[in-house]
Amino acid sequence: MSNVKRLAMLGITKEYPGCKANDEVFLDIEHGEIHALLGENGAGKSTLMKMLYGVVKPDSGSIIWNGKPVSIDQPSVARGLGIGMVFQHFSLFETLTVAENIALVLGDQAGNSKTLAHRIKATSERYGMPLDPDRRISSLSTGERQRVEIVRCLLLNLQLLILDEPTSVLTPQEVDNLFKTLRQLTKEGCSVLFISHKLHEVTALCDSATILRAGKVTGHCHPKDETSESIARMMVGEDIAISNDCRRSLGTDVFANIENLSTKSMGQFDVALKNINLQVKRGEIVGIAGIAGNGQEELLKALSGEDIHPNSKSITFTGTVVDQLTPLQRRRLGLAFVPEDRLGRGAVPDLDLCDNALLTSFDSGLVKNGFLQKSKIIELADKIIKKYKVKTAGNHDAAASLSGGNLQKFIVGREIDQEPNFLLMSHPTWGVDIGAQVAIHDAILQLRDRGCAILIVSEDLDELYKISDRLGAICDGQISQFLAPEALPLVKLGQWMAGDFDTTTADNKGVSQHD
Amino acid sequence: MIKLVPRAQASAKWGYLSPILAVFLTLIASSILFMALGKDPVEALYTFFISPIANWYGVTELLVVAIPILLCAYGLALCYRASIWNIGAEGQLLTGAVVGTVMALQFIDSSSAWAMPLTLIAGMVGGMICSGISAFLNLRLNCNETLVTIMMNYIALNTLLWAVYGPLKDPNGYNFPESALFGDSTLLPILFEGTRLHVGLLLVVLALVVTWVFMSKTFLGFQIKVLGLDKPAAHMAGYKQKKLAAMVFLVSGALAGLAGAVIVTGSTGQLIPAISPGYGYSAIIVAFLGRLHPVGITLAGLLIALLFMGGEMSQMLLNLPRSISGILQGLILFFLLSCDVLIRYRIAFTFKRSGLTATAKN
Repeated sequence: MSNVKRLAMLGITKEYPGCKANDEVFLDIEHGEIHALLGENGAGKSTLMKMLYGVVKPDSGSIIWNGKPVSIDQPSVARGLGIGMVFQHFSLFETLTVAENIALVLGDQAGNSKTLAHRIKATSERYGMPLDPDRRISSLSTGERQRVEIVRCLLLNLQLLILDEPTSVLTPQEVDNLFKTLRQLTKEGCSVLFISHKLHEVTALCDSATILRAGKVTGHCHPKDETSESIARMMVGEDIAISNDCRRSLGTDVFANIENLSTKSMGQFDVALKNINLQVKRGEIVGIAGIAGNGQEELLKALSGEDIHPNSKSITFTGTVVDQLTPLQRRRLGLAFVPEDRLGRGAVPDLDLCDNALLTSFDSGLVKNGFLQKSKIIELADKIIKKYKVKTAGNHDAAASLSGGNLQKFIVGREIDQEPNFLLMSHPTWGVDIGAQVAIHDAILQLRDRGCAILIVSEDLDELYKISDRLGAICDGQISQFLAPEALPLVKLGQWMAGDFDTTTADNKGVSQHD
Repeated sequence: MIKLVPRAQASAKWGYLSPILAVFLTLIASSILFMALGKDPVEALYTFFISPIANWYGVTELLVVAIPILLCAYGLALCYRASIWNIGAEGQLLTGAVVGTVMALQFIDSSSAWAMPLTLIAGMVGGMICSGISAFLNLRLNCNETLVTIMMNYIALNTLLWAVYGPLKDPNGYNFPESALFGDSTLLPILFEGTRLHVGLLLVVLALVVTWVFMSKTFLGFQIKVLGLDKPAAHMAGYKQKKLAAMVFLVSGALAGLAGAVIVTGSTGQLIPAISPGYGYSAIIVAFLGRLHPVGITLAGLLIALLFMGGEMSQMLLNLPRSISGILQGLILFFLLSCDVLIRYRIAFTFKRSGLTATAKN
């Protein structure tokens, strides 16, 4: 191995209005190593990668590629150098085939178009992720779509592959396959930059790691010598709690009962729910795992009342049929709801935190004879900000000015503070830093212990294993059975997430990740 | 190089400064326009903006013009806050005038104390019928509310013309397209002797206070704001979107209809074809120029009323065409929308340097 580094980023600084996304960041990557870039959401990982891939220009600093300084001002330059990137959100055209998508993005860099299909097939098979170049993207699963993105990079003379949170959309089995591919790549000398905040993946896969906190590099380590806890410490700093004491609960009587709920899909990309049977008891947390777009949104909207299915009689709250009830009527039966989109659904971006506290808490004595009780609204907003440690300059800050995690704390706090009987949550801690995650989980667990029925949909399996009392999966509008997390091996949950509900085999492998 | 740089947060300061800057730019642009027409800009501006209100009578006339504009604009502001793009205040005003006239004609020889209030209420009902049709088409049949309300304007105008040339024409009116003159019991009392300023002004003050309180202090007003800013959030929170939308349609229709009834009972005393020189359209500009806030709207309404009067003055004194006041209204809206960019962006002067260290601010 030569002693010239594959990549060195020197003193990179990038400032956006109101925040310094990267502050004098240094990053070195060797030939043939898997390097992890770790940090909480908002730490500046994505900005750094966008500068490396030529999407964003740094304010200052320089990039040294294979020993030579380079100026990367657009993605095609990055690709010319041999840098490939797979974004968190795929950039694929649903109606085109695999080969067309690849040809479209790479342009001339794709080489001879006649042999492209053949090369896609050969390359994808060589790295153990077979792809049919003639299939349309719309018929591919999320995991397969990711393969398209990766193969697109591999067709170049690839020297560095950047993966932005690649595992968040994969089942555990797919993650294993991806890791095999990545290890094979590095054996051939290619370097991999792996962005993640899932620590057990980093310790299992990566050779070295750079840790960012608030735009600055706060440490380097060799993940294989560290534990998840020690790395988490470097990510969040010293004084924040990073674990909960989670006890399981069995729950008491059934609050929400869903019997044979089936829906028709409303649009082309909606998923129809098929014969869903599920009970949520008071005092228990039911977790639903699943890859995004498998009917989670449809199920939550059917429960929240945002979608009303006219002829259905499948959902009851303590015996009352609620299918025909509006969201307001369901809220009055004790429902509270934390939706997936924070800005634009969970909170109104342009309104301040007081108004956003009022948004769903209007039944908690904040309105008298139709008039707003301003002082009580401010009191509530301040209470939520204080109790859930929302970082903000004050209760008159617009919701849009808060970071995603802080806004999530505020929304979760607002819903929990209504002391609901039934709480629906979608991705409760998605994008939330570890400290806030612990706080949110604590609040959820306490609410459960006070007798609330809680249903959580999440893609974060660590979270679901941690706080669920019963856990199952949703795939293509169908749900699996629900088991206590201890009785549900990760492999089996993965099979359920992939739609394989009936198998009872292979439940002794892969348990080691979650003890 | 001059660049627009996004602000981290919308600037509240520029929310207030933008209308003022827009008015200032309009004055500059209109000066250029006057010069191009061969007039002395200082004299023209004086004629336009100062001479109409140089005396007490002029001020009262300004208020008379402002009354219907303001009534329409308060209602439109409610709609716009709910992101319902109601362009139909003109039509609602006209139907209000027609229906109000129908009621007023029942009281020609009566001295009943009910005559005036019932006429005003009839006007409100007339406006609500017009906006109610738009609301039905929009909310039930999913028609675009902008198109529907614009088209209702034409229907209303032609209804008015049909009425004054047909069933409402004064049988003793020598075949002029006018209704009979209303009885005294129907006319709005004059506030100050020797002027035409009528009690419609008190209705404006009442509407100002009520809409202000409604928008800022009530839960319904809050729900309307949420609905306008963020429909999915309103849906998530369980607000009754269609009922709220229907309500603002009807309230704005009632206010515009009231404006129509106030014109016929306060200014003209009868129904004539030309009761409105586009007050309902001007009210759209007023609502935006006033930042959809009742107090801002009141100020903006007075300014636009001044443009109407200035247009007439310059027609008389300077031989300028009447359309000039329409041009000035258009310029104000144009500059306002342009200046509003500064609410979300700031201007930065950047200096290009070589290499990776590209830009610096200020």
